[in-house]
Amino acid sequence: MAEKIVYKKPDSLTDKIFSYCWGCGHSTVHKIIAELIDELGMREKTIAVAPVGCAVFAYDFWNFDTTEAAHGRAPVVATAIKRVHPGHLVFSYQGDGDLASIGMAEIIHTANRGENLTIIFINNTNYGMTGGQMAPTTLIGQKTTTSPAGRNIKQNGYPIKMSEMLAQFESVKYVERVKVTNAASVIKAKKAIKKGFLNQLNGTGFSFIEVLSACPANWRMEPLAAKAHIDGVISKYYPVGLIKDIK
Amino acid sequence: MTTGKQLIKGNTAIVEAALDAGCRFYAGYPITPQNEIPETMSWRMPEEGGTFIQAESELISINMVFGASAAGARAMTTSSSPGISLMQEGISYMAGCELPAVLVNVMRGGPGLGNIAPSQSDYFQAVKPGHGDFHIITLAPHNISEMYDYTFDAFDLADKYRIPVMILADGLLGQLMENVELDRSRKPALLNAPKPWALTGASGRKGQRIVSLLMQPGALEKHNMDLNEKYNLIKKNETRHELAGMEKSPEYLIAAFGTCARISKGTMNIAADAGIKTGLFRPITLWPFPYEALKEAAKKVKKVFVFEMNLGQMVEDVRLAVGDDSKIEFYGRPGGGVPTAEELFEFIRGKVK
Repeated sequence: MAEKIVYKKPDSLTDKIFSYCWGCGHSTVHKIIAELIDELGMREKTIAVAPVGCAVFAYDFWNFDTTEAAHGRAPVVATAIKRVHPGHLVFSYQGDGDLASIGMAEIIHTANRGENLTIIFINNTNYGMTGGQMAPTTLIGQKTTTSPAGRNIKQNGYPIKMSEMLAQFESVKYVERVKVTNAASVIKAKKAIKKGFLNQLNGTGFSFIEVLSACPANWRMEPLAAKAHIDGVISKYYPVGLIKDIK
Repeated sequence: MTTGKQLIKGNTAIVEAALDAGCRFYAGYPITPQNEIPETMSWRMPEEGGTFIQAESELISINMVFGASAAGARAMTTSSSPGISLMQEGISYMAGCELPAVLVNVMRGGPGLGNIAPSQSDYFQAVKPGHGDFHIITLAPHNISEMYDYTFDAFDLADKYRIPVMILADGLLGQLMENVELDRSRKPALLNAPKPWALTGASGRKGQRIVSLLMQPGALEKHNMDLNEKYNLIKKNETRHELAGMEKSPEYLIAAFGTCARISKGTMNIAADAGIKTGLFRPITLWPFPYEALKEAAKKVKKVFVFEMNLGQMVEDVRLAVGDDSKIEFYGRPGGGVPTAEELFEFIRGKVK
């Protein structure tokens, strides 16, 4: 009986087994990116920039060219790569500590220059790799290792809404916030990232996709409870959906 | 700028040398006294078909250069002392990732915001850069021809060893106009040499990576040892210096780099007129420092006068080379002070009578 292949690992993934924590969103997002790059036929013309944070190991899992960047600097490293190889698909993949804190200047100026890039922003409301410290995105009242009593507005201000902020820039063409908590939301997330990649390939310009992603280990939650926390709590402050789309 | 004899500014010479060497990516941020470099690059680079980006900070400049270099381009950034401080993180990453690039520091006075006068206050941060166990090649020009020549050479050196190369100039060399004879017929030797490590898209191969993060036990230690092997090769092959006036069997040696070496050549003439014979030892590579050559030259003299536009930075390497502190006499001017040839001569006369 002839075999019919109904599913296979994308060529854009290596054979290395994901080393992320149980229930962490990185594995899911890494995989849908790899699937998309296969689907777009771009494996041999993609250059990715990995952040400092848990996803620094992205290059262990992606089977396309990937560079490290210093903490927060991924958008400007990506800018230069894209300017050198304008026909390639270039994207940065960054967490919220990387992008919304130490890399704030880099992301704002890259957006404002309207670089023809795709930025994938993984928001899990804390510094995952260093053990769960408070990030600019940490929710009000959220307990972290550096806000043990919960984030306090008076001392720490309000959580930054990167997507809404970047959407203000004239040169920013596409901003969408998605989540990866169940099959339906993963399909939507994949569609959004695909749009971000296509925008780059057809020259539309700067695209920014924010992914609400679970961090069960640092949230001290079981994986399913962490995903329910995104659906029930986090996405109330960071609403998912299309924020900006300009042709 | 054409070939042959011409009047040019140091900062302009750097731009033209970079373009002649095949540099096609430049990112820079305004800071005095090097502004002519980004200003000229903003129109000269597009003329040559390359990319000019006015970065929004020196952090952005250096990380753009990181990206361009990772993508296989010949890339450069330039700045002055406080801006170089900001770049040190990126320089360390480039050293760890073994990415070639050319960096220019047109030094000014410090610490802090300091001033905008010529200084040699960054010898330390050039030869002992950033965090981690690494080196970068540092070249110190002392006239405008060398601003062109050393910058041109720096790109081949960077590619040959996959290492950042710094041109350590100062505000005087950046702003000075000089009538120089430029040979622009030279072709960069390694411009078209393959860069199999560069990220160009995984065409017909597996994806590859550029990283400095090595978490496996022992991996980073091995990487450091591999880097050290490369550094030893650079020390062996690329250490450069100029030794002048030794044919007259001088009793005294002056050790100085960059602008101070230039001024010291005037001091040598004044000293000769006063019957004091001096030689000049000018390190061209500050890293690798020419320890052996200086050690040999110092054996032939009674004293080594070390002149710097700082309060004593290179003198530490001179002491290591000479190995006899009683022979060393240091004179330095910090904070943008530029000594005159006469001033240096008076110091020598005061020590030798």
